[in-house]
Amino acid sequence: MIGEALSYPFFQRALAAGLLAAVACGIVGTFVVVRRIASISGGLSHAAFGGVGLGYLLGFEPMLGALGFGVLSALGIGMAELRLRQGLDTLIAMVWAVGMALGILFVSLAPGQAPDLLGYLFGNILLVSPGYVALVALLDLLIAGTVLLLFRRLRAVAFDEEFAWVIGVPVGASFLLLLTLVALTVVVLIRVVGVILVIALLTIPAAVARHWTDRLSRMMTLAVLTGAVSIAVGLFLTFGLSSEFGIDLPTGPSIILLAAAVYGVSAVARSLTGRLCGS
Amino acid sequence: MIAHGTPAIEIRGIDVRFGATAALEAIDLTVGEGDFLGIIGPNAGGKTTLLKVMLGLIEPDRGEVRVFGRSPREARGLIGYVPQYAQFDSDFPISVAETVGMGRLGPRTGQTSRARDREAVRQALDTVELSEMADVRVGRLSGGQIQRTLIARALAAEPKVLLLDEPTASLDTHIGRSVYDLLDRLADEIPIVLVSHDIGVISRTVRTIACLNVRLHYHHSRELTPEMVEAAYGCPVDLVAHGVPHRVLESHGDET
Repeated sequence: MIGEALSYPFFQRALAAGLLAAVACGIVGTFVVVRRIASISGGLSHAAFGGVGLGYLLGFEPMLGALGFGVLSALGIGMAELRLRQGLDTLIAMVWAVGMALGILFVSLAPGQAPDLLGYLFGNILLVSPGYVALVALLDLLIAGTVLLLFRRLRAVAFDEEFAWVIGVPVGASFLLLLTLVALTVVVLIRVVGVILVIALLTIPAAVARHWTDRLSRMMTLAVLTGAVSIAVGLFLTFGLSSEFGIDLPTGPSIILLAAAVYGVSAVARSLTGRLCGS
Repeated sequence: MIAHGTPAIEIRGIDVRFGATAALEAIDLTVGEGDFLGIIGPNAGGKTTLLKVMLGLIEPDRGEVRVFGRSPREARGLIGYVPQYAQFDSDFPISVAETVGMGRLGPRTGQTSRARDREAVRQALDTVELSEMADVRVGRLSGGQIQRTLIARALAAEPKVLLLDEPTASLDTHIGRSVYDLLDRLADEIPIVLVSHDIGVISRTVRTIACLNVRLHYHHSRELTPEMVEAAYGCPVDLVAHGVPHRVLESHGDET
């Protein structure tokens, strides 16, 4: 069954895109989880929706609009937090709603029949094009490179912004860089795996990893592995169920539920071993 | 790099307001070589605000701050800062050694080798007697251990002046004393400013003492005169007869 699945180009692309997405989401998601801004993935993906609408209205590639809106929203959230101390949760909720509102507004102004806007938020991993697989690989390189270079600095800013500033770390730039990486991850992956799976991959694997390590670097590795396993198992499982038993399950939701099940098992195992170790 | 004789901290005519409330008013203060200044005052008297003005974390509404002759922003990395510890997420996955290593991230120490960084972290942990806890997550430490971690982090930066915000608030007596011994030794090398609401601990170690309650009362002396305390706390306190009027001060601190 595994061999059969791998013989299909669409399956190869889905697996490659999924594993590459697990890398980006594991690394970025670790920061998102320890910085407690999990809702940012939802916020930015829906803010990007405004850009999709603008693309339809003015007739340019909607994904470019999404990218622009996603990154600008991330920077806007970051600046407002740094300057006004507005509170990230509030800002995230605002860009979430405003992005959706703009998207709907732009589309209503566009001539002709309204396109299926929501389709943009629900990419399908089984329909990934080769170009997008390459794009996700590029995203991975960018994220891994940045984090390797600036790991200690990014950790310092996430942990204790005030001290990082006092010691002379460029706190504002580091924070905005982190948010930009989140925005790029979210927007690129929306089209590949869909908004719901992005939210899941940015939080669940990192949360599982947090159960088993007190180290940020190890947490990233574990999160990437957890995400990769969930995606691979999910892909093979839904393929197998379909080809062997004629049961067609949607892939994305199956992956999410698998990851959630891993989280559940991990949480139970953690609380049991934790009690044994007395910590 | 630093002109000889330039005071570490120079504050002239500082006002800080939060909305309609004055947090600091007409503050003048110079801290230089050999100084070990303790600032006491009631809660909400502006102690932390004053430290944050020196650090550049809070812009004063009026007046000037110079750190080794530069603006606080330009002088970042020269100041070692020990904040009150309850500010960060205790669940954050970061070890004691990694936290202390934050002290090495500034522009001054950022260019040094990893080996030099590790050595500085090791030394700082040694100084605060936390070497055996190096790999433990900070969130698992006791209050006193966290406080010592934060002191080690400030020391790892090899600062030219040290600012401490209630550094012994959660230390037990033995460790508290060893921290003060440590500060006493450090004070021979770099100026130190320490703020606390606890007059008892402060009076044992510092070399000069000031009272802060929005306005600063400071006479470059070790003596804490009843007039200073009265001005700061707004009530007469008999310092001479009973030594340290701990309870009196704390009860007033709680009201403000």
